[in-house]
Amino acid sequence: MADITSAEAPAAALGISETSRGTERLHRAIMIGLAVALVIAPFVAYPVFVMKVLCFGLFALAFNLLLGYGGLLSFGHAAYFGMASYVSAYTAKHWGLTPELAILSGTLIAGMLGALFGSLAIRRQGIYFAMITLALAQMVFFFSLQTPRFTGGEDGIQAVPRGKLFGLVSLADDRALYWLVAVIFMGGLLLIYRIIHSPFGEVCKAIRDNEPRAISLGYRANQYKLAVFVLSATLAGLAGATKAIVFQLASLTDVHWSMSGEVVLMTLVGGLGTVFGPIAGALVIVAMQNYLATLGAWVTVIQGCIFVICVLLFREGIVGVIAKAIKRPM
Amino acid sequence: MFELLGIPPQALFGQVLLGLINGSFYAMLSLGLAVIFGLLNIINFTHGAQYMMGAFVAWMALNYLGLNYWVALVVSPLIVGATGIVVERFLLKRIAHLDHLYGLLLTFGLALIIQGLFRNSYGSSGLPYQIPPQLAGGHNLGFMFLPNYRGWVVIASLVVCLTTWFMIEKTKLGAYLRAATENPTLTQAFGINVPLLVTLTYGFGVALAALAGVLAAPIYSVNPNMGADLIIVVFAVVVIGGMGSILGSIITGFSLGLVEGLTKVFYPEGAATVIFVIMVLVLLVKPAGLFGRTA
Repeated sequence: MADITSAEAPAAALGISETSRGTERLHRAIMIGLAVALVIAPFVAYPVFVMKVLCFGLFALAFNLLLGYGGLLSFGHAAYFGMASYVSAYTAKHWGLTPELAILSGTLIAGMLGALFGSLAIRRQGIYFAMITLALAQMVFFFSLQTPRFTGGEDGIQAVPRGKLFGLVSLADDRALYWLVAVIFMGGLLLIYRIIHSPFGEVCKAIRDNEPRAISLGYRANQYKLAVFVLSATLAGLAGATKAIVFQLASLTDVHWSMSGEVVLMTLVGGLGTVFGPIAGALVIVAMQNYLATLGAWVTVIQGCIFVICVLLFREGIVGVIAKAIKRPM
Repeated sequence: MFELLGIPPQALFGQVLLGLINGSFYAMLSLGLAVIFGLLNIINFTHGAQYMMGAFVAWMALNYLGLNYWVALVVSPLIVGATGIVVERFLLKRIAHLDHLYGLLLTFGLALIIQGLFRNSYGSSGLPYQIPPQLAGGHNLGFMFLPNYRGWVVIASLVVCLTTWFMIEKTKLGAYLRAATENPTLTQAFGINVPLLVTLTYGFGVALAALAGVLAAPIYSVNPNMGADLIIVVFAVVVIGGMGSILGSIITGFSLGLVEGLTKVFYPEGAATVIFVIMVLVLLVKPAGLFGRTA
C-alpha cells in the first residue's frame, strides 16, 4: 500500500503535458463556450435553477482547487460555504448592506475562517487532514445551532432581501440577479484557472505530487498549502454568500457535514483535478436533486450509490474521461 | 447534603457517569477505527452506520424474532460483522491499491446508503428499546443513584476494550496482526494469509462497532442517525489520541467522555464542542496526537 504511483493518486494529473498550445486554445474555446451558454441559459432554462448550478459549481471549483491541485481532501468545506452564507444573509437583512457588500463580507469571513482552520489542519497529513477539517466544520455547525440570535437556529435566516446592486439596480427580478451571479461565477472560474496555471499553482502541484522533494528544492510547503487552503475557503465562501442572496435563505443545511459530502461528490463525478470537471459535476448533482426531490431519503441513498460507483469504476469523472479520450487536460 | 463547587453531587456524579458511558462508546469506536486503519490503511467512515446497524439488528431481533438483549449482544455483532466482511471482500479489496482517500470516499458513500435505507424504512424519530429486566433498577451509592444498566455498559465496554488490547498485544494472532500492519508483504512471505487477516480484521472492527450499538440501544433510542454525528466526534477523538496505540485509543476515549460529562455540568453550552476544542489544543501543542508517532 505504500507504493502509490502518482497516476493512482486522486489528485494527480492525467499524465498529459499541460503546456501545449493546443491545450490553451481548447481551454479558451471552452471558456468562450461556457460564457455563451451562460448568456443563453436564462432564456431556455429556469433562471433560479441555473443560478443554483452556478453557485454549487463555484463551490465545487473552489473545493477542487484544494483537492485537485493542492492534494488536500477537506471534508469540512461546508463550514466556509455555510458561514459565508450566514454572514451574507445577516448583513443584508439586519444591517441593510447592499448585495455586493453582503457577499463581500461573507466571502471575507470565510477567508478568515479558512486561514484559522487551515493553519490547524495542515499540521497533519492525509487521512488526519480530512478528519480534522470535518471536526472543525462540525464545531461551526454546533456554533450555528447554538447562536440563534445570529443564525436563526433551526429556522435559519429567512426572507433575506436581495436589495439593489450598488444601491441602484434592483435584483428582485430573477433575470437581473442572474447576470450578477453569472459574472461572479465567471470571475471565480477565471481566477481559479489563473491560479492553477500560475507559478504558484505549479509549486502547489509539485507539493501535491512529492512534498519532500518540493521541500528539498527550497519551497516552504506549509505556506503554499495554507495559501491554497485560504484561497479555496474564500472562493467557497463567495459561492455560499451568493447562494444566500439568490435563495434569500441561510440555514443549518449549509453548514451540515452532508453539504461537505455533496461538494466532494460533485467534484468526484465531474472529475478530480480537472479544470472544468466540478462544473459538470455540480450540474449533474443539482439536476438530480431537483428531479428526485420528491423521493425524500432515497436521494441520500442514490448519492451514496453514486459515491460507491464513482470510486469503484469511474474515478476519472465525466470531464476526466473526455480529457483522456481527446488526450488533452481539461 | 454537601455541595461541590456549588454543584449538587447527584448532578455532578450523574454527568460523570454519563460522560463515562459516552467515553465507553468513544473508546470502542475509536479502537475499531484504529485496528482497521492499522491494517487496511483506510478510515472507515461507515463505522457510525455500522454502530447504528448493531442497535437496529438488536431491535429487529427483539421485535421480529423475540430474541432478547443477551442473544442480541452476541448475534448482532456477528451479523453486522459478516456484512462488514462482505463489504471488504467485494468493495474495499478492489481499491486497496489506491490512495487511501478513495477508501474514505467509498465508506462515506456506504454510510449514506445505509443511513438512507434505514431512514426510509423506520423514519428518523427513533424506536424505544427496553433495558433487559436483569439490569433494570439501580443502586443508591449514598452520593448518587447508579442505574444498573449504565454501570453494566461501562464495565462491559472496559472488558471488551481490554480483551481487544490483550488479543492484539499478547497473543499469537495479535502478533500476526501487528506484523501485517508493519509490513504486509514480508508477513505474507512468511506464509501468513494476509488477505484473510485483512478481511477478518475489518469484520472484527465492524463487529466492535455493532457491539457498541447494542450496548447503546437501551440508553439512546434506536435511530437511523445515531451514528452519523457520533462518528465525527470519534474522528476528533482519534485525532487527539493518534491511532498508533491501542491502549492510547482506550484511554483517550474514556477520558474525553469524562471531560465532556464534566463540561455538561460546569458549562453546558460548551458540551457539544469541547472535544473539538481539545482537538484544536492538541494540534497546537502536540500535532501527532497524545499517543501518536510522528511518521
